[in-house]
Amino acid sequence: MSSVAVKKGLGASVWEYLTTVDHKKIAHLYLGTGGFFFLLGGIEALFIRIQLMKPNNNFVNEQLFNEIMTMHGTTMIFLAAMPILFAFMNAVVPIQIGARDVAFPFLNALGFWLFFFGGMFLNLSWFLGGAPDAGWTSYASLSLRSEGHGIDFYTLGLQISGFGTLISGINFLATIINMRAPGMSFMRMPLFTWTTFIASALILLAFPPLTIGVFLLMFDRLFGSNFFDVTMGGNTIIWEHFFWIFGHPEVYILVLPAFGIFSEIIPTFSRKRLFGYSSMVFATVLIGFLGFMVWAHHMFTTGLGNVANAIFAIATMAIAVPTGIKIFNWLLTMWGGSIKITVPMLYALGFIPSFVIGGVTGVMQAVAPLDYQLHDTYFIVAHFHYVIIGGVVFGILAATHFYWPKMFGTKLSEKMGYVTFTLFFIGFHCTFFIQHFLGLMGMPRRVATFLPGQGLELGNLISSIGAMLMAVAVIILLFNVVITSIRNKKVGADPWEDGRTMEWAIASPPPFYNFKQTPLVRGLDTWWLEKMEGKKELTPAEPLGDIHMPNNSIIPFFISLGLFVAAFGAMYNPLNSVGDGKSWGLPVLIIGLGITFGSMLIRSLRDDFGYHIHKEDLLEDDKGGKVG
Amino acid sequence: MNAEERYTPLNWPDHPETQTLEGKNKFLGFWLFLAGETVLFASLFATYLALKDSVPDSSHPLAKDLFNLPLVFAMTMILLTSSITSVYAIYHMRNYHFKKMQAWFVITVLLGAGFLALEIYEFTHYVHEYHFTFGSSAFSSAYYTLVGTHGAHVTFGLCWIIALLVRNAKRGLNLYNAPKYYVASLYWHFIDVVWVFIFTVVYLIGKVG
Repeated sequence: MSSVAVKKGLGASVWEYLTTVDHKKIAHLYLGTGGFFFLLGGIEALFIRIQLMKPNNNFVNEQLFNEIMTMHGTTMIFLAAMPILFAFMNAVVPIQIGARDVAFPFLNALGFWLFFFGGMFLNLSWFLGGAPDAGWTSYASLSLRSEGHGIDFYTLGLQISGFGTLISGINFLATIINMRAPGMSFMRMPLFTWTTFIASALILLAFPPLTIGVFLLMFDRLFGSNFFDVTMGGNTIIWEHFFWIFGHPEVYILVLPAFGIFSEIIPTFSRKRLFGYSSMVFATVLIGFLGFMVWAHHMFTTGLGNVANAIFAIATMAIAVPTGIKIFNWLLTMWGGSIKITVPMLYALGFIPSFVIGGVTGVMQAVAPLDYQLHDTYFIVAHFHYVIIGGVVFGILAATHFYWPKMFGTKLSEKMGYVTFTLFFIGFHCTFFIQHFLGLMGMPRRVATFLPGQGLELGNLISSIGAMLMAVAVIILLFNVVITSIRNKKVGADPWEDGRTMEWAIASPPPFYNFKQTPLVRGLDTWWLEKMEGKKELTPAEPLGDIHMPNNSIIPFFISLGLFVAAFGAMYNPLNSVGDGKSWGLPVLIIGLGITFGSMLIRSLRDDFGYHIHKEDLLEDDKGGKVG
Repeated sequence: MNAEERYTPLNWPDHPETQTLEGKNKFLGFWLFLAGETVLFASLFATYLALKDSVPDSSHPLAKDLFNLPLVFAMTMILLTSSITSVYAIYHMRNYHFKKMQAWFVITVLLGAGFLALEIYEFTHYVHEYHFTFGSSAFSSAYYTLVGTHGAHVTFGLCWIIALLVRNAKRGLNLYNAPKYYVASLYWHFIDVVWVFIFTVVYLIGKVG
């Protein structure tokens, strides 16, 4: 088991990542793949803004615009924001609770590969006859009529990646409930762990309705059922309900972890414990709970009636209360603290006012009569970009800088970080603030172009210029990543010097077994407590002993690959409504499912006990050797 | 406790399924999974209720024309009995009676297969007698999707339990496979509970509602 570290060849590294079940390596995979999709979604956003830069523009045609607009939303939500958040959850949460890994390391890998193949499948649509074109919400009345296979890529791709998300959600729930170190009570958990916990619960309860929704849509389009076809007795509103019963909690699935990230960053750089910890936890739980009660506010204009609209309007406004609690807690954490300005802290400072703007416009839309005016205009576009970018993307960028040292052992350049932040912050407000007014002036969302002489030219031009600024900012961030990796200047365990939680107590990047001895948690902000008492290490909760570790496995890759293959078979099966069914459709579907279930069977039939790292090797590791 | 260790009825723990950390995680993770499954079936029930008897014209059969309560009652009894037999199996697992446990799981599988056979007969009957196919109306799509998803779960559960019976035939009981048996039985109970709701919401309400 023990050997001095040798530099691995490329092939060995690739194999290592294909088979890994280590949460820290899976975090790298999520960050890399999610980052790739983030760039893709960003390019799509740029195309949208170039097309809308001037009236009657012809940069892309209407069909292509619909596809780009749909894929921008779908990619950013499902394939960029969520996976990147999963990257940080994987990198940090198990360490924050003092665990050596997640509860189900195998399922962790499976979740990633399902997301990977689902995302790839969805994006292959660009090369195989056109992408989905009915918007990210894909309302059935539109998507049933969509020609070509775009929508089928959407339904099948989201099913595959949705399974992955569900599995990851269950995994984090079980991890946080079962794997906490001695002394780590629920009310001592760091806020990022708490928000991950609640977001995972939302995933568990919100993704099955989406799964059913896309299944029904798939059946309608590919296997001849009639759920949404009104002429056969179907009902298209069912899709809207399913989509939003999923879709609204999804917003909180994204933003709660971002809240958690800021709740780590703000106390760290204010060098002060989080103000109102228990009210912060309570607010998180309450947001998660209320998040399920408000979906119909997306459907005020559908015609559910005044009583339904009023109930959902009030429930929606109620969410402003726990969110407000959080905002004030962050402000009061900084109040009287000894604030240090760093790149993550800058994002946190930028986040608070930006997110408040998004929240305020959200409450405006909760007023149902006003929503009849605002519905489907650029005001809505402005609102959700304020919460998604101002909240989630700022959180992601902050976490990228904040956790980069822990994930890769190097620190991103602060100077370039400031440039990125400045350009991104200005670009963001420049793009989206003006869109509020475009919307109030009547510009509908999702239009491929607009006419001159209606007062929309200047606003759209400003908006497009802002988008360019954000693009430049992201390019500088990429450059920063490259430069930092080339310089490869290693940092210590606690590179920000004021780390409060346990991840900052172990090496950067951490050894693959995380903790040599499971730590004893003596209070909130465990590591800060120990540091203040002059300790150099966490207090161990157990004597040094053998560590049990899980084996690597290639099976998650094959389970996911099977579904990827099966999806092609389902899409080209002879019953499909597009009418280009192939004779090989059903056989490929069966082969694909065969690969998946066969891989599961192999996994089930073999004994997999994992292995032990021996005490002697751990001691040797201390003296500069490397367990491997 | 070591998962591979050999046990005797004397030192075998009372709750073998939650003795190891892996077992505890499986136990909890599986309950969480069942929570997700509950929402999944709730969505299908909602769809079914929204589209019940929703057909394009009067030539299509409705719920009250279709369902044959004696047959469905027999299916219900068979499936519920299989839940009891899986309880016996787990009882013997806790007492370290490997052979008896396997035997009761075999009976569970046989009952499950009987249920499945009757369901397949029921579906073919509807198709041939009433031309009630997956694509004939919104009602038929919703019916087949709800009941068919349940049937697919039964099929998966059968394959799962059979795989467990075969893989452990020579290995015997230990703390590595005890949680596997336990969660498989949980899954089986879950399927039965879903069927109770299908029997009520689809068949009883369909006949008299």
